[in-house]
Amino acid sequence: MSKITEGTAAKVSLVVKAEALNLSFYYGAFNALKRINMPIYEKRVTALIGPSGCGKSTYLRCFNRMHDLYAGNRYEGEIRLQPDNTNLLNQQVDPIEVRMRISMVFQKPNPFPKSIYENVAYGLRVRGVRSVATLDEKVEQALRGAALWDEVKDRLNDLAFNLSGGQQQRLCIARALATEPEILLFDEPTSALDPIATASIEELIADLKHKVTILIVTHNMQQAARVSDFTAYMYLGEMIEFDATDTIFIKPKNKATEDYITGRFG
Amino acid sequence: MADMTVAEIRALIVKHKRWDLIFATVGVLALMVGVLTFASLFAGMAIDGAHRLSPEFFTNFPSRRPEQAGILSAWVGTTLVMIVTAVTAVPLGVAGAVYLEEYAPKNWMTDIIEINVTNLAGVPSIVYGLLALGLFVYQFGFGQSILSAGLTLALLILPVVIVATREAIRSIPAVIREGAYALGATKWQTTADHILPYSIPGILTGVIIGMARAIGETAPVITIGALTFIAFLPPAPFSGDPPAGLFDWLFAPFTVMPIQMFNWTSRPEAAFHQNAAAAGLVLVVMTLSMNALAIYIRYRLRKKIKW
Repeated sequence: MSKITEGTAAKVSLVVKAEALNLSFYYGAFNALKRINMPIYEKRVTALIGPSGCGKSTYLRCFNRMHDLYAGNRYEGEIRLQPDNTNLLNQQVDPIEVRMRISMVFQKPNPFPKSIYENVAYGLRVRGVRSVATLDEKVEQALRGAALWDEVKDRLNDLAFNLSGGQQQRLCIARALATEPEILLFDEPTSALDPIATASIEELIADLKHKVTILIVTHNMQQAARVSDFTAYMYLGEMIEFDATDTIFIKPKNKATEDYITGRFG
Repeated sequence: MADMTVAEIRALIVKHKRWDLIFATVGVLALMVGVLTFASLFAGMAIDGAHRLSPEFFTNFPSRRPEQAGILSAWVGTTLVMIVTAVTAVPLGVAGAVYLEEYAPKNWMTDIIEINVTNLAGVPSIVYGLLALGLFVYQFGFGQSILSAGLTLALLILPVVIVATREAIRSIPAVIREGAYALGATKWQTTADHILPYSIPGILTGVIIGMARAIGETAPVITIGALTFIAFLPPAPFSGDPPAGLFDWLFAPFTVMPIQMFNWTSRPEAAFHQNAAAAGLVLVVMTLSMNALAIYIRYRLRKKIKW
């Protein structure tokens, strides 16, 4: 791993929250990720960019063991989660334990066909929270955290589908936040949203990084530049370059990164 | 299209559109075959049997005198058999389908089970009757009872329920399932809190289609020995002397609507044929109202689900 350049984000002391070590991933025989090494810094936003099919979503979904849901997938290497130094990919570690610590927001808003309240409360219910007072409090806290509370506080029992697309995505963020995860994964969270909803989500991500470590996949390079502190450029399953976002966008070390950033390719 | 004048383009469109008209006509005619057949059947039964539909027709037992004969034992028998069928087939079918979709590893064993289930749907109903005669009536000693008939028809509609449930489960988008798992839910939590509730409209459709088929089945019910003439009802729980047990009715002899109809049509007297037509009307209305109920419930539940 190359030394991190002195960028604006790197000036304060950095704590590693998670680290991929020689991470490879296979869909059956297809090698989708190739020996990736990369740190994720605590309470920072790390963006993954690269052309379609480069493996950035595949990489993201390793962090909550989403690949375990489908047969024929195989991990190699490690993702170490700090402070307890647990290897998330260890087959002895239950994927449910991993998902309880690391939440995810999907590409398309995917609220459950339940009420707004029940959507946010679901993660807590899964953890066995039964107290109505606790649920009420945490649901409000999560909805406030996702900047949605003021818009929905009078209709918590309405179906989530009655919200607009942007509101639905913020609801999904609230749902992911309610369980106070250590890392929040975003898989192209704004690709199905209009520019105004996108702006509100980006603003939210900038707020959230004070509370939680964020890893975000994006197709949109401007978005990566706007919201992230660190950026990784991936191509064909390989990590081409990882550095402070300023460095990646202004002075990338690698010619391939520069070509992609400047739009000569991609 | 510089080499065509506007007039030529218009003529070409008119010519091409002729096929729209031709196909629309053929389509309407094809539909009419189905619609008119049902309508004329229904009208025929109504003309023959409508005058027999009095309250007494529903409260009288069958009789040697056609004008006094009624369908009491038949509709009670059909209702009770249908209850047994639903109570058996729904949990078994849904559990089987959920296992196949959510739990079973995808391998050659599951493939064989799948092919088996699909083939079961094609087995002639009389074969189910034979199986039930050996298994339920004699082996298990349930006798020629409501229980045997209900279980037989449950087996008959099981594949329909399984296939419909699997379709319903498959129509739930992957991102909804992943959303639940991503929050740390187990398989069972995902199934109970999401998969099952969201598939209820589809499951219901399958159950009703199956029940509508079962309600008209005659062959397997005759095979296991339903009576063609029966002038008493199964014992209601805690009635009679000595009082009947809660589930004694399950072991009572019975008849069902199609058998009552069959019995009447085989009589020489025209008056009995009118009774058969009237019973047919009742049976068709029972089936249609079951379908209507299913459509209504599905519509109500679907309103909550959009994807």
